[in-house]
Amino acid sequence: MSTVFLALQTNEETRPIIEAILQDNPSAVVDEQPAMVKINADGRLVVRRQTIEDITGRDYDLQELQVNMITMSGNLDQTDDEITLFWKA
Amino acid sequence: MDMTVAKKKLGLKERYAVMTRGLDWTPSYQKMEDIYPYITYEGIKIHDWDKWEDPFRLTMDAYWKYQAEKERKLYSVLDAFTQNNGHLNVTDARYLNTVKLFLSGISPLEYVAHRGFAHAGRQFPGPGPRVACLMQSLDEIRHAQTQVHAVSNYNKYYNGMHDFHHAHDRVWFLSVPKSFFDDAITAGPFEFMVSIGFSFEYVLTNLLFVPFVSGAAYNGDMAAMTFGFSAQSDEARHMTLGLEVIKFILEQDPDNVPIVQRWIDKWTWRGYRVLTLVAMMMDYMLPKRTMSWKESWEIYFEENGGALFKDLARYGIKMPQCAEQIALEKDHLSHQAWSTFYNYAAAANFHTWMPDEDEMAWLSAKYPNSFDKLYRPRYEFWREQAAKGNRFYNKTLPMLCQTCQIPMIFTEPGDPTKICYREVDYKGDKYHFCSDHCKAIFEHEPEKYVQAWMPVHQIYQGNCFPEGTDPTVEGFDPLAAVLKYYHLEHGRDNLDFDVSEDKKNFAEWRGQATKNI
Repeated sequence: MSTVFLALQTNEETRPIIEAILQDNPSAVVDEQPAMVKINADGRLVVRRQTIEDITGRDYDLQELQVNMITMSGNLDQTDDEITLFWKA
Repeated sequence: MDMTVAKKKLGLKERYAVMTRGLDWTPSYQKMEDIYPYITYEGIKIHDWDKWEDPFRLTMDAYWKYQAEKERKLYSVLDAFTQNNGHLNVTDARYLNTVKLFLSGISPLEYVAHRGFAHAGRQFPGPGPRVACLMQSLDEIRHAQTQVHAVSNYNKYYNGMHDFHHAHDRVWFLSVPKSFFDDAITAGPFEFMVSIGFSFEYVLTNLLFVPFVSGAAYNGDMAAMTFGFSAQSDEARHMTLGLEVIKFILEQDPDNVPIVQRWIDKWTWRGYRVLTLVAMMMDYMLPKRTMSWKESWEIYFEENGGALFKDLARYGIKMPQCAEQIALEKDHLSHQAWSTFYNYAAAANFHTWMPDEDEMAWLSAKYPNSFDKLYRPRYEFWREQAAKGNRFYNKTLPMLCQTCQIPMIFTEPGDPTKICYREVDYKGDKYHFCSDHCKAIFEHEPEKYVQAWMPVHQIYQGNCFPEGTDPTVEGFDPLAAVLKYYHLEHGRDNLDFDVSEDKKNFAEWRGQATKNI
């Protein structure tokens, strides 16, 4: 399966999000670059609202991620509860 | 930032439906073809516009909220940068030439992208792509403005940035990025979406922004880093729009597949040629390197683009053929480009230089198959000549490729010792090309590319001198006249970094910042 990735700015807002992604995606690998964190995963990567809320202890709207996103690869689907990146082949 | 999360009355999907399709209507007293006149002539067939959906499901209300947050963050960082004399914190003054190249080469393209997406959005009958294009159009003008604001802090102290837009429309090498975007916005709305939305944003943008922004971060440039990240936060959405548009067009009708494939082939190559400037920036212009051009191409194109084209194979779309030639060029591209800019330092709006010993060692390590054999000897010769007072400035104008407008500097695929020349006779004139791919693009649309404004031809025709110049007077210096036309000051904005005012001033000011004088 091809790699999907999501790159986020390195800052206080993204720290719990990265933690949540690593919890929810066993194949996720973190690649730390200057001022940027790239998370690679095998074929599929999910960002779950509930996990982020559990870590931060506050309500979270997944659209907030718009502020800190740098780049990504894969097809995308976003709902109230999840952002999913995936390849079909 | 702890944003308050209001409990929404509608879920994301419902809200998206209400705020896009729900706001659209079917015209009753005007014909669809009169309202959307450009939608059929490219041959693309669309049967159901409602099948297009933004997977982020971003609506205008949420868009404004998050964009405002991005602007607040950006401008507070810029204030801090200025208040802290941030311009003195960059690794060394050579770095500033990256900023000059970006401001005069890329920022004006952001503005053209703003116009392009406004136009494409207006032409699409579907409310989904229309709203997404509107957002991207607003993003792009924001990028142009924030880049100009951020870089204006450098313009207070350093040379070559004072009239970047004037330069963009005139300076010889800036016609490369300019003509690329002009080519895209003068195409139909579907080709525009494939060229910029897909090929540039999805396939190639990582190669432009990620190295540039992490390069800025690595080199202590807080201003470029912060506008870069702010712009990049919009790019994820642009990439998604590009990919969704491609999938949508391909799913609508099998007749669309060959048209789209041709556009992907053309625009991947066109975009790659523009990235020549980025290749040389990464390998030569960043005093502290992030990764080599070759490594960046392997990660973001070969690996990531490979995954993308594997995914698109189910529609019958193939990896563009030019990828084979690009793979052969990756050991040579940045070196051939930097050699050219070293030659033409008298006619550019930024400074060039020869890499030092450490940098040569880095280049040898990153390019073991090419650097020591082909490029190091050339550089050592130039360096020796410069030390003897013969710094080489090439004053003969180069032949340009009619399609990409880059001087004919590239070598034959597989033979890096032989310059590649291709030509076509069309209606009694001869046209020159840097490659088979640029030649093929011309042959498919000759009537478009014969109109290209070629900087070298224009100079020889006498169109690039200030008004009232008489080129027939004795002792006429054409280069001096061209620089005046560019609004560049000889000896200040151009020539080698070693003799530049930037180098002298930076050293002096940095000294003042650390001592009590």
